[in-house]
Amino acid sequence: MNLNKLTIKEARAGLKEKKFSVRELVDDCLTAIKEKDSTLHAYLEVFEEARKEAGILDKMGQDLRDPPLLFGIPMSVKDNILVEGKRSTAGSKILAPYTASYDATVIRKIKKQGAVILGKTNMDEFAMGSSTENSAFGPTKNPHGLNRVPGGSSGGSAAAVAADLCLGAIGSDTGGSIRQPASFCGVVGLKPTYGSVSRHGLIAMASSLDQIGPLAKTVADARIIFDAIKGADNFDATAKQENESSATKSHSQKLRIGIPKEYFGQGLDPEVEKIIKSAFKKIENAGAIIEEISLPHAKYALPAYYIIVPSEVSANLARFDGIRYGFKTPTADTLFEVYGKSRAEGFGPEVKRRIMLGTYVLSAGYYDAYYLKAQKVRALIKKDFEEAFKKVDLIAGPTTPTPAFSLGSHTANPLEMYLADIYTVAINLAGIPALSMPAGNVTDDGKKLPVGLQLIGKWFQEDALLEYAEYFEKIIEI
Amino acid sequence: MSISKKEVMHIARLARIELTEEEISKFEKELSEILTFVEELNEVDAKGVKPMTGGTSFANMMRQDATLDDNLEGKQANILRAAPITKNEWVEVKAVFE
Repeated sequence: MNLNKLTIKEARAGLKEKKFSVRELVDDCLTAIKEKDSTLHAYLEVFEEARKEAGILDKMGQDLRDPPLLFGIPMSVKDNILVEGKRSTAGSKILAPYTASYDATVIRKIKKQGAVILGKTNMDEFAMGSSTENSAFGPTKNPHGLNRVPGGSSGGSAAAVAADLCLGAIGSDTGGSIRQPASFCGVVGLKPTYGSVSRHGLIAMASSLDQIGPLAKTVADARIIFDAIKGADNFDATAKQENESSATKSHSQKLRIGIPKEYFGQGLDPEVEKIIKSAFKKIENAGAIIEEISLPHAKYALPAYYIIVPSEVSANLARFDGIRYGFKTPTADTLFEVYGKSRAEGFGPEVKRRIMLGTYVLSAGYYDAYYLKAQKVRALIKKDFEEAFKKVDLIAGPTTPTPAFSLGSHTANPLEMYLADIYTVAINLAGIPALSMPAGNVTDDGKKLPVGLQLIGKWFQEDALLEYAEYFEKIIEI
Repeated sequence: MSISKKEVMHIARLARIELTEEEISKFEKELSEILTFVEELNEVDAKGVKPMTGGTSFANMMRQDATLDDNLEGKQANILRAAPITKNEWVEVKAVFE
Protein backbone atom coordinates (compact mmCIF):
# COMPACT_ATOMS: atom_id res chain seq x y z
CA MET A 1 0.00 0.00 0.00
CA ASN A 2 3.03 2.31 0.34
CA LEU A 3 1.54 4.08 3.35
CA ASN A 4 5.11 5.10 4.21
CA LYS A 5 4.89 7.70 1.45
CA LEU A 6 2.16 9.64 3.26
CA THR A 7 2.69 12.87 5.13
CA ILE A 8 1.83 13.03 8.84
CA LYS A 9 -1.24 15.13 8.01
CA GLU A 10 -2.43 12.56 5.45
CA ALA A 11 -1.73 9.65 7.78
CA ARG A 12 -3.69 11.28 10.61
CA ALA A 13 -6.66 11.78 8.30
CA GLY A 14 -6.41 8.25 6.93
CA LEU A 15 -6.24 6.71 10.39
CA LYS A 16 -9.17 8.78 11.61
CA GLU A 17 -11.26 7.74 8.61
CA LYS A 18 -10.20 4.15 9.23
CA LYS A 19 -8.79 3.81 5.70
CA PHE A 20 -5.93 1.82 7.18
CA SER A 21 -4.64 0.81 10.59
CA VAL A 22 -1.58 1.92 12.57
CA ARG A 23 -0.29 -1.60 12.14
CA GLU A 24 -0.49 -1.32 8.33
CA LEU A 25 1.21 2.09 8.43
CA VAL A 26 4.05 0.82 10.60
CA ASP A 27 4.37 -2.39 8.57
CA ASP A 28 4.78 -0.40 5.34
CA CYS A 29 7.52 1.71 6.95
CA LEU A 30 9.36 -1.35 8.26
CA THR A 31 9.07 -3.03 4.85
CA ALA A 32 10.52 0.07 3.18
CA ILE A 33 13.37 0.07 5.70
CA LYS A 34 14.10 -3.58 4.93
CA GLU A 35 14.14 -2.83 1.23
CA LYS A 36 16.15 0.40 1.18
CA ASP A 37 18.14 0.82 4.37
CA SER A 38 20.87 -1.71 3.65
CA THR A 39 21.84 0.71 0.88
CA LEU A 40 21.10 4.01 2.61
CA HIS A 41 22.17 3.12 6.17
CA ALA A 42 19.94 5.84 7.65
CA TYR A 43 19.14 3.70 10.70
CA LEU A 44 21.57 2.43 13.33
CA GLU A 45 18.87 0.33 14.96
CA VAL A 46 15.33 -0.59 13.94
CA PHE A 47 12.74 -1.52 16.57
CA GLU A 48 10.85 -4.59 15.39
CA GLU A 49 8.58 -4.29 18.43
CA ALA A 50 7.09 -1.22 16.76
CA ARG A 51 4.66 -3.68 15.12
CA LYS A 52 3.36 -4.82 18.50
CA GLU A 53 3.09 -1.22 19.70
CA ALA A 54 1.10 -0.43 16.56
CA GLY A 55 -1.33 -3.22 17.40
CA ILE A 56 -1.82 -1.83 20.90
CA LEU A 57 -2.47 1.64 19.52
CA ASP A 58 -5.02 0.25 17.08
CA LYS A 59 -6.93 -1.34 19.97
CA MET A 60 -6.78 1.95 21.92
CA GLY A 61 -7.72 3.95 18.85
CA GLN A 62 -11.08 2.21 18.62
CA ASP A 63 -12.42 4.29 21.48
CA LEU A 64 -10.55 7.55 20.88
CA ARG A 65 -12.70 10.26 19.44
CA ASP A 66 -9.93 12.84 19.22
CA PRO A 67 -6.56 11.10 18.91
CA PRO A 68 -3.51 13.02 20.14
CA LEU A 69 -1.20 14.90 17.75
CA LEU A 70 1.10 12.07 16.68
CA PHE A 71 -1.18 9.10 17.27
CA GLY A 72 0.09 6.11 15.29
CA ILE A 73 2.67 8.17 13.42
CA PRO A 74 5.91 6.22 12.73
CA MET A 75 8.93 8.37 13.57
CA SER A 76 12.69 8.05 13.74
CA VAL A 77 14.89 9.46 16.49
CA LYS A 78 18.49 10.65 16.11
CA ASP A 79 20.84 8.46 18.11
CA ASN A 80 21.91 11.25 20.49
CA ILE A 81 18.42 11.46 21.97
CA LEU A 82 17.73 9.00 24.76
CA VAL A 83 14.98 6.39 24.49
CA GLU A 84 14.84 4.44 27.73
CA GLY A 85 16.00 0.86 27.49
CA LYS A 86 17.44 1.36 24.02
CA ARG A 87 21.02 1.85 22.85
CA SER A 88 22.06 5.45 22.34
CA THR A 89 25.46 5.73 20.69
CA ALA A 90 25.58 9.37 19.54
CA GLY A 91 27.32 7.84 16.51
CA SER A 92 30.32 6.98 18.65
CA LYS A 93 32.21 3.84 19.56
CA ILE A 94 32.60 5.15 23.09
CA LEU A 95 28.86 4.73 23.64
CA ALA A 96 28.38 1.56 21.61
CA PRO A 97 27.65 -0.47 24.77
CA TYR A 98 25.44 2.22 26.34
CA THR A 99 21.74 1.69 27.04
CA ALA A 100 19.73 4.78 27.95
CA SER A 101 18.45 4.80 31.52
CA TYR A 102 15.70 7.34 30.88
CA ASP A 103 13.58 8.90 28.17
CA ALA A 104 14.46 12.35 26.91
CA THR A 105 11.70 14.87 27.60
CA VAL A 106 10.91 15.11 23.89
CA ILE A 107 10.60 11.31 23.79
CA ARG A 108 8.26 11.32 26.79
CA LYS A 109 6.22 13.90 24.92
CA ILE A 110 6.00 12.12 21.57
CA LYS A 111 5.23 8.83 23.29
CA LYS A 112 2.43 10.58 25.17
CA GLN A 113 1.16 11.87 21.82
CA GLY A 114 1.00 8.31 20.54
CA ALA A 115 3.97 8.27 18.17
CA VAL A 116 5.52 4.94 17.21
CA ILE A 117 9.32 5.04 17.31
CA LEU A 118 10.72 2.96 14.45
CA GLY A 119 14.36 3.23 15.47
CA LYS A 120 17.46 5.37 16.00
CA THR A 121 19.12 7.14 13.12
CA ASN A 122 22.74 7.59 12.10
CA MET A 123 24.69 10.76 12.79
CA ASP A 124 28.13 12.33 12.83
CA GLU A 125 29.89 11.29 16.04
CA PHE A 126 28.60 13.44 18.93
CA ALA A 127 26.94 15.64 16.33
CA MET A 128 30.30 16.89 15.05
CA GLY A 129 30.22 17.08 11.32
CA SER A 130 28.27 18.16 8.27
CA SER A 131 28.10 14.93 6.30
CA THR A 132 27.46 11.96 8.64
CA GLU A 133 30.84 10.67 7.45
CA ASN A 134 32.14 11.05 11.00
CA SER A 135 29.83 8.32 12.29
CA ALA A 136 31.77 5.48 13.87
CA PHE A 137 29.30 3.12 12.19
CA GLY A 138 29.69 4.13 8.56
CA PRO A 139 28.13 6.96 6.57
CA THR A 140 24.54 7.38 5.44
CA LYS A 141 23.86 7.88 1.72
CA ASN A 142 21.77 10.64 0.23
CA PRO A 143 18.61 9.14 -1.33
CA HIS A 144 18.93 11.63 -4.21
CA GLY A 145 22.38 10.41 -5.15
CA LEU A 146 23.98 7.39 -3.52
CA ASN A 147 27.51 8.72 -3.92
CA ARG A 148 26.50 11.93 -2.15
CA VAL A 149 26.41 12.81 1.52
CA PRO A 150 23.03 13.37 3.17
CA GLY A 151 24.54 16.22 5.17
CA GLY A 152 25.08 16.17 8.92
CA SER A 153 25.00 15.71 11.69
CA SER A 154 21.34 14.58 11.42
CA GLY A 155 22.09 12.81 8.12
CA GLY A 156 20.24 9.64 9.07
CA SER A 157 17.14 11.62 10.10
CA ALA A 158 17.03 13.59 6.85
CA ALA A 159 17.68 10.55 4.65
CA ALA A 160 15.01 8.52 6.47
CA VAL A 161 12.39 11.21 5.87
CA ALA A 162 13.46 11.78 2.26
CA ALA A 163 13.34 8.06 1.46
CA ASP A 164 9.99 7.51 3.16
CA LEU A 165 11.50 5.29 5.84
CA CYS A 166 9.48 7.17 8.48
CA LEU A 167 6.86 9.90 8.39
CA GLY A 168 8.82 12.34 10.51
CA ALA A 169 12.06 12.58 12.44
CA ILE A 170 13.49 14.18 15.56
CA GLY A 171 17.02 15.54 15.15
CA SER A 172 19.31 18.07 16.80
CA ASP A 173 20.97 21.25 15.54
CA THR A 174 23.99 23.03 17.03
CA GLY A 175 25.43 24.71 13.94
CA GLY A 176 23.09 23.58 11.19
CA SER A 177 22.75 19.87 11.90
CA ILE A 178 19.01 19.78 11.14
CA ARG A 179 18.85 22.45 8.45
CA GLN A 180 21.84 21.47 6.34
CA PRO A 181 20.88 17.79 5.94
CA ALA A 182 17.27 18.88 5.34
CA SER A 183 18.58 21.08 2.54
CA PHE A 184 20.76 18.32 1.05
CA CYS A 185 17.96 15.73 1.20
CA GLY A 186 15.08 17.93 0.04
CA VAL A 187 13.02 17.89 3.22
CA VAL A 188 11.88 20.45 5.78
CA GLY A 189 13.97 20.96 8.92
CA LEU A 190 13.34 23.35 11.81
CA LYS A 191 15.77 24.50 14.46
CA PRO A 192 13.62 26.09 17.16
CA THR A 193 14.62 29.11 19.26
CA TYR A 194 17.14 28.19 21.94
CA GLY A 195 14.86 27.40 24.87
CA SER A 196 11.74 26.39 22.92
CA VAL A 197 12.41 22.68 23.25
CA SER A 198 13.86 20.86 26.25
CA ARG A 199 17.37 19.43 25.91
CA HIS A 200 16.86 16.97 28.77
CA GLY A 201 17.92 13.60 27.40
CA LEU A 202 19.87 15.03 24.47
CA ILE A 203 23.50 13.93 24.66
CA ALA A 204 25.05 17.37 24.98
CA MET A 205 27.46 18.77 22.45
CA ALA A 206 27.50 22.55 23.01
CA SER A 207 24.97 23.35 25.69
CA SER A 208 24.50 27.00 24.80
CA LEU A 209 23.63 26.22 21.18
CA ASP A 210 22.08 22.72 21.03
CA GLN A 211 18.40 22.44 20.11
CA ILE A 212 16.20 19.48 19.26
CA GLY A 213 13.88 19.91 16.29
CA PRO A 214 11.79 18.15 13.62
CA LEU A 215 12.58 16.97 10.11
CA ALA A 216 9.56 16.25 7.97
CA LYS A 217 8.19 16.08 4.42
CA THR A 218 6.18 19.29 4.64
CA VAL A 219 6.09 22.45 6.73
CA ALA A 220 2.67 21.46 8.12
CA ASP A 221 4.17 18.16 9.32
CA ALA A 222 7.13 19.98 10.90
CA ARG A 223 4.67 22.13 12.78
CA ILE A 224 2.77 19.12 14.11
CA ILE A 225 5.99 17.63 15.48
CA PHE A 226 7.17 20.97 16.88
CA ASP A 227 3.87 21.48 18.68
CA ALA A 228 4.27 18.05 20.24
CA ILE A 229 7.82 18.59 21.52
CA LYS A 230 7.92 22.28 22.48
CA GLY A 231 7.43 23.66 25.94
CA ALA A 232 8.89 24.46 29.33
CA ASP A 233 10.54 21.63 31.24
CA ASN A 234 11.62 21.43 34.87
CA PHE A 235 14.49 19.19 33.81
CA ASP A 236 16.00 21.88 31.57
CA ALA A 237 16.42 25.30 33.17
CA THR A 238 16.94 26.90 29.77
CA ALA A 239 13.59 25.68 28.45
CA LYS A 240 11.23 27.90 30.30
CA GLN A 241 9.83 30.28 27.77
CA GLU A 242 6.37 29.27 26.67
CA ASN A 243 6.12 29.69 22.92
CA GLU A 244 4.29 32.92 22.15
CA SER A 245 1.49 32.60 19.71
CA SER A 246 2.94 35.16 17.36
CA ALA A 247 0.77 37.26 15.12
CA THR A 248 1.56 36.99 11.47
CA LYS A 249 0.95 39.70 8.96
CA SER A 250 -2.21 39.27 6.97
CA HIS A 251 -2.03 39.45 3.21
CA SER A 252 -2.93 43.13 3.26
CA GLN A 253 0.02 44.00 5.46
CA LYS A 254 3.26 43.80 3.56
CA LEU A 255 5.60 41.08 4.81
CA ARG A 256 9.15 42.43 4.87
CA ILE A 257 11.90 39.93 4.10
CA GLY A 258 15.57 40.82 4.54
CA ILE A 259 18.23 39.26 2.33
CA PRO A 260 21.68 39.64 3.89
CA LYS A 261 24.10 40.88 1.25
CA GLU A 262 26.88 38.96 3.03
CA TYR A 263 25.17 35.67 2.10
CA PHE A 264 25.56 36.24 -1.64
CA GLY A 265 29.29 36.61 -1.93
CA GLN A 266 32.13 34.30 -2.69
CA GLY A 267 31.63 30.60 -2.14
CA LEU A 268 27.96 30.44 -3.12
CA ASP A 269 27.36 28.00 -5.99
CA PRO A 270 25.86 29.97 -8.91
CA GLU A 271 23.25 27.26 -9.56
CA VAL A 272 22.11 27.43 -5.94
CA GLU A 273 21.99 31.23 -6.17
CA LYS A 274 19.77 31.00 -9.24
CA ILE A 275 17.25 28.78 -7.47
CA ILE A 276 17.15 30.93 -4.34
CA LYS A 277 16.73 34.14 -6.35
CA SER A 278 13.96 32.50 -8.38
CA ALA A 279 12.17 31.58 -5.16
CA PHE A 280 12.51 35.20 -3.99
CA LYS A 281 10.99 36.41 -7.24
CA LYS A 282 7.93 34.19 -6.75
CA ILE A 283 7.57 35.38 -3.15
CA GLU A 284 7.89 39.00 -4.24
CA ASN A 285 5.27 38.53 -6.94
CA ALA A 286 2.93 37.23 -4.25
CA GLY A 287 3.20 40.56 -2.46
CA ALA A 288 6.11 40.45 -0.03
CA ILE A 289 8.69 43.21 0.12
CA ILE A 290 12.18 41.86 -0.34
CA GLU A 291 15.02 44.16 0.64
CA GLU A 292 18.74 43.90 1.08
CA ILE A 293 20.00 44.06 4.64
CA SER A 294 23.41 43.76 6.19
CA LEU A 295 24.65 41.51 8.95
CA PRO A 296 28.03 43.22 9.38
CA HIS A 297 29.59 40.51 11.51
CA ALA A 298 28.40 37.62 9.34
CA LYS A 299 31.87 36.50 8.35
CA TYR A 300 32.94 36.16 11.97
CA ALA A 301 30.24 33.63 12.80
CA LEU A 302 32.29 30.60 11.73
CA PRO A 303 35.47 31.53 13.64
CA ALA A 304 33.44 32.45 16.74
CA TYR A 305 31.56 29.16 16.43
CA TYR A 306 34.76 27.12 16.14
CA ILE A 307 36.07 28.61 19.35
CA ILE A 308 32.89 28.46 21.45
CA VAL A 309 31.69 25.03 20.36
CA PRO A 310 34.94 23.10 20.88
CA SER A 311 35.23 24.80 24.29
CA GLU A 312 31.80 23.58 25.35
CA VAL A 313 32.49 20.21 23.76
CA SER A 314 35.69 19.76 25.76
CA ALA A 315 33.66 20.24 28.94
CA ASN A 316 30.66 18.15 27.91
CA LEU A 317 32.67 15.17 26.72
CA ALA A 318 34.79 14.99 29.86
CA ARG A 319 32.15 12.64 31.28
CA PHE A 320 33.15 9.89 28.84
CA ASP A 321 35.82 8.41 31.03
CA GLY A 322 35.50 4.65 30.65
CA ILE A 323 34.06 4.45 34.17
CA ARG A 324 30.47 5.67 34.29
CA TYR A 325 29.13 4.22 31.09
CA GLY A 326 30.09 3.10 27.65
CA PHE A 327 33.34 1.76 26.34
CA LYS A 328 36.23 1.01 28.66
CA THR A 329 39.70 0.20 27.41
CA PRO A 330 40.72 -3.39 28.21
CA THR A 331 44.38 -2.47 28.72
CA ALA A 332 44.71 0.15 31.45
CA ASP A 333 47.02 -0.25 34.44
CA THR A 334 46.48 3.12 36.11
CA LEU A 335 43.49 5.40 36.53
CA PHE A 336 45.07 7.90 34.14
CA GLU A 337 45.32 5.18 31.54
CA VAL A 338 41.66 4.28 32.02
CA TYR A 339 40.86 7.82 30.92
CA GLY A 340 43.65 8.23 28.38
CA LYS A 341 43.17 4.93 26.60
CA SER A 342 39.37 4.68 26.77
CA ARG A 343 39.04 8.12 25.24
CA ALA A 344 41.79 7.46 22.71
CA GLU A 345 40.18 4.22 21.58
CA GLY A 346 36.57 5.33 21.87
CA PHE A 347 36.62 8.75 20.20
CA GLY A 348 36.98 9.39 16.48
CA PRO A 349 39.37 11.97 14.94
CA GLU A 350 36.95 14.92 14.64
CA VAL A 351 35.85 14.52 18.25
CA LYS A 352 39.47 14.42 19.42
CA ARG A 353 40.23 17.44 17.28
CA ARG A 354 37.46 19.52 18.84
CA ILE A 355 38.20 18.41 22.39
CA MET A 356 41.85 19.35 21.87
CA LEU A 357 40.93 22.73 20.37
CA GLY A 358 38.52 23.48 23.20
CA THR A 359 40.99 22.39 25.87
CA TYR A 360 43.66 24.67 24.36
CA VAL A 361 41.37 27.67 24.01
CA LEU A 362 40.15 27.37 27.60
CA SER A 363 43.56 26.75 29.10
CA ALA A 364 45.43 29.29 31.17
CA GLY A 365 46.89 32.08 29.12
CA TYR A 366 44.60 31.65 26.11
CA TYR A 367 41.12 32.11 27.59
CA ASP A 368 40.95 35.89 27.08
CA ALA A 369 42.38 35.94 23.59
CA TYR A 370 40.12 33.27 22.19
CA TYR A 371 37.10 32.30 24.28
CA LEU A 372 36.27 35.67 25.80
CA LYS A 373 36.77 37.40 22.46
CA ALA A 374 34.54 34.86 20.73
CA GLN A 375 31.75 35.41 23.26
CA LYS A 376 32.00 39.16 22.65
CA VAL A 377 31.79 38.65 18.90
CA ARG A 378 28.84 36.38 19.56
CA ALA A 379 27.10 39.26 21.33
CA LEU A 380 27.77 41.44 18.28
CA ILE A 381 26.38 38.78 15.93
CA LYS A 382 23.23 38.56 18.06
CA LYS A 383 22.94 42.34 17.97
CA ASP A 384 23.18 42.30 14.14
CA PHE A 385 20.04 40.16 14.07
CA GLU A 386 18.27 42.34 16.65
CA GLU A 387 18.95 45.39 14.51
CA ALA A 388 17.86 43.64 11.32
CA PHE A 389 14.59 42.46 12.88
CA LYS A 390 13.70 46.07 13.65
CA LYS A 391 13.41 46.61 9.90
CA VAL A 392 12.23 43.22 8.59
CA ASP A 393 9.92 40.41 9.74
CA LEU A 394 11.91 37.53 8.29
CA ILE A 395 15.47 36.98 7.04
CA ALA A 396 16.08 34.59 4.14
CA GLY A 397 18.86 33.08 2.08
CA PRO A 398 20.35 29.77 0.93
CA THR A 399 20.71 27.13 3.66
CA THR A 400 23.98 25.83 2.22
CA PRO A 401 26.48 27.26 -0.30
CA THR A 402 26.37 24.11 -2.45
CA PRO A 403 24.11 21.10 -3.03
CA ALA A 404 25.09 17.75 -1.49
CA PHE A 405 28.76 17.03 -2.14
CA SER A 406 30.26 13.62 -2.85
CA LEU A 407 31.27 11.23 -0.11
CA GLY A 408 34.93 11.68 0.74
CA SER A 409 35.26 15.02 -1.04
CA HIS A 410 35.51 17.22 2.06
CA THR A 411 37.30 14.93 4.47
CA ALA A 412 40.94 15.78 3.72
CA ASN A 413 40.87 19.16 5.42
CA PRO A 414 38.65 19.82 8.46
CA LEU A 415 38.28 23.50 7.56
CA GLU A 416 36.71 22.58 4.23
CA MET A 417 33.93 20.72 6.05
CA TYR A 418 33.42 23.61 8.49
CA LEU A 419 32.70 25.97 5.57
CA ALA A 420 29.58 23.96 4.69
CA ASP A 421 27.90 25.59 7.69
CA ILE A 422 28.63 29.17 6.68
CA TYR A 423 24.95 30.19 6.60
CA THR A 424 23.74 28.18 9.54
CA VAL A 425 26.07 28.73 12.53
CA ALA A 426 25.21 32.38 13.19
CA ILE A 427 21.63 31.33 13.89
CA ASN A 428 22.70 29.04 16.72
CA LEU A 429 25.05 31.66 18.14
CA ALA A 430 22.16 34.15 18.30
CA GLY A 431 19.63 31.56 19.49
CA ILE A 432 17.00 32.45 16.89
CA PRO A 433 14.72 29.93 15.10
CA ALA A 434 15.36 28.95 11.49
CA LEU A 435 13.86 26.55 9.00
CA SER A 436 15.12 25.01 5.78
CA MET A 437 12.62 24.13 3.07
CA PRO A 438 13.07 22.74 -0.46
CA ALA A 439 13.35 25.49 -3.07
CA GLY A 440 14.27 23.52 -6.17
CA ASN A 441 16.90 21.16 -7.60
CA VAL A 442 20.20 21.52 -9.41
CA THR A 443 21.29 18.90 -11.89
CA ASP A 444 24.80 17.71 -11.23
CA ASP A 445 26.40 14.66 -12.74
CA GLY A 446 23.04 13.40 -13.95
CA LYS A 447 21.47 13.66 -10.52
CA LYS A 448 18.80 16.09 -9.32
CA LEU A 449 20.11 17.47 -6.05
CA PRO A 450 17.85 19.47 -3.72
CA VAL A 451 18.50 23.09 -2.76
CA GLY A 452 17.22 24.48 0.53
CA LEU A 453 15.88 27.95 1.30
CA GLN A 454 16.59 29.08 4.86
CA LEU A 455 14.05 31.25 6.64
CA ILE A 456 15.16 32.91 9.85
CA GLY A 457 12.67 34.22 12.40
CA LYS A 458 12.53 36.25 15.57
CA TRP A 459 13.14 34.79 18.99
CA PHE A 460 10.27 32.54 20.11
CA GLN A 461 8.16 33.30 17.03
CA GLU A 462 8.13 29.82 15.49
CA ASP A 463 4.39 30.09 14.81
CA ALA A 464 4.95 33.04 12.49
CA LEU A 465 7.98 31.40 10.91
CA LEU A 466 6.07 28.19 10.20
CA GLU A 467 3.08 30.06 8.85
CA TYR A 468 5.18 32.08 6.40
CA ALA A 469 7.06 28.93 5.38
CA GLU A 470 3.82 27.10 4.68
CA TYR A 471 2.65 29.97 2.52
CA PHE A 472 5.95 30.03 0.60
CA GLU A 473 5.70 26.26 0.14
CA LYS A 474 2.54 26.84 -1.87
CA ILE A 475 4.05 29.71 -3.85
CA ILE A 476 7.37 28.05 -4.67
CA GLU A 477 5.53 24.82 -5.45
CA ILE A 478 8.17 22.38 -6.65
CA MET B 1 49.01 30.68 15.08
CA SER B 2 51.38 27.81 15.25
CA ILE B 3 51.10 25.23 17.96
CA SER B 4 54.13 23.24 19.01
CA LYS B 5 54.44 19.51 19.50
CA LYS B 6 55.05 20.13 23.20
CA GLU B 7 51.82 22.11 23.44
CA VAL B 8 49.88 19.37 21.68
CA MET B 9 51.18 16.84 24.18
CA HIS B 10 50.29 19.14 27.06
CA ILE B 11 46.74 19.61 25.77
CA ALA B 12 46.35 15.88 25.24
CA ARG B 13 47.31 15.33 28.85
CA LEU B 14 44.81 17.94 30.05
CA ALA B 15 42.12 16.38 27.88
CA ARG B 16 43.01 12.89 29.11
CA ILE B 17 43.40 11.48 25.60
CA GLU B 18 46.43 9.33 24.79
CA LEU B 19 47.70 10.23 21.34
CA THR B 20 49.93 8.23 19.02
CA GLU B 21 53.03 9.88 17.50
CA GLU B 22 51.17 10.08 14.22
CA GLU B 23 48.21 11.82 15.86
CA ILE B 24 50.49 14.32 17.60
CA SER B 25 52.01 15.38 14.26
CA LYS B 26 48.60 15.46 12.63
CA PHE B 27 47.11 17.65 15.36
CA GLU B 28 50.16 19.93 15.32
CA LYS B 29 49.30 20.76 11.73
CA GLU B 30 45.49 20.74 11.93
CA LEU B 31 45.16 22.69 15.16
CA SER B 32 47.59 25.32 13.87
CA GLU B 33 45.47 25.73 10.75
CA ILE B 34 42.23 26.02 12.67
CA LEU B 35 43.74 28.49 15.14
CA THR B 36 44.98 30.62 12.25
CA PHE B 37 41.46 30.54 10.82
CA VAL B 38 39.77 31.63 14.06
CA GLU B 39 42.27 34.43 14.56
CA GLU B 40 40.21 36.36 12.03
CA LEU B 41 38.33 37.50 15.14
CA ASN B 42 41.26 39.81 15.89
CA GLU B 43 39.84 42.08 13.19
CA VAL B 44 36.76 42.78 15.28
CA ASP B 45 36.77 45.75 17.61
CA ALA B 46 34.85 44.42 20.60
CA LYS B 47 35.84 47.07 23.11
CA GLY B 48 33.13 47.59 25.69
CA VAL B 49 31.05 44.67 24.44
CA LYS B 50 29.65 42.43 27.14
CA PRO B 51 30.42 38.81 26.28
CA MET B 52 27.54 36.36 26.04
CA THR B 53 27.63 33.80 28.79
CA GLY B 54 25.29 31.19 27.38
CA GLY B 55 22.45 30.61 24.99
CA THR B 56 19.83 32.61 26.80
CA SER B 57 19.52 35.86 28.72
CA PHE B 58 17.19 34.25 31.24
CA ALA B 59 18.68 34.03 34.71
CA ASN B 60 17.80 32.42 38.02
CA MET B 61 15.31 29.92 36.63
CA MET B 62 14.06 28.35 39.85
CA ARG B 63 11.88 25.42 40.73
CA GLN B 64 10.64 23.78 43.90
CA ASP B 65 13.32 21.87 45.79
CA ALA B 66 11.46 18.59 45.46
CA THR B 67 11.85 15.31 43.60
CA LEU B 68 10.62 15.77 40.05
CA ASP B 69 10.73 12.33 38.57
CA ASP B 70 7.65 10.41 39.59
CA ASN B 71 8.87 7.18 38.07
CA LEU B 72 12.17 6.24 39.70
CA GLU B 73 11.45 2.52 40.13
CA GLY B 74 14.37 0.54 38.80
CA LYS B 75 16.23 3.62 37.56
CA GLN B 76 19.15 3.00 39.92
CA ALA B 77 19.60 -0.43 38.38
CA ASN B 78 19.54 1.06 34.90
CA ILE B 79 22.31 3.50 35.77
CA LEU B 80 24.44 0.85 37.40
CA ARG B 81 23.97 -1.48 34.49
CA ALA B 82 25.49 1.15 32.21
CA ALA B 83 28.81 1.20 34.03
CA PRO B 84 31.52 -1.10 32.59
CA ILE B 85 32.59 -2.52 35.96
CA THR B 86 30.38 -2.64 39.04
CA LYS B 87 30.43 -4.45 42.34
CA ASN B 88 27.12 -4.80 44.21
CA GLU B 89 25.74 -1.28 44.17
CA TRP B 90 29.07 0.39 43.47
CA VAL B 91 30.86 1.50 40.32
CA GLU B 92 34.42 0.25 40.37
CA VAL B 93 37.33 2.66 39.80
CA LYS B 94 41.06 2.20 39.90
CA ALA B 95 42.89 3.70 42.87
CA VAL B 96 43.07 7.46 42.66
CA PHE B 97 46.19 7.62 44.80
CA GLU B 98 49.02 5.24 44.15
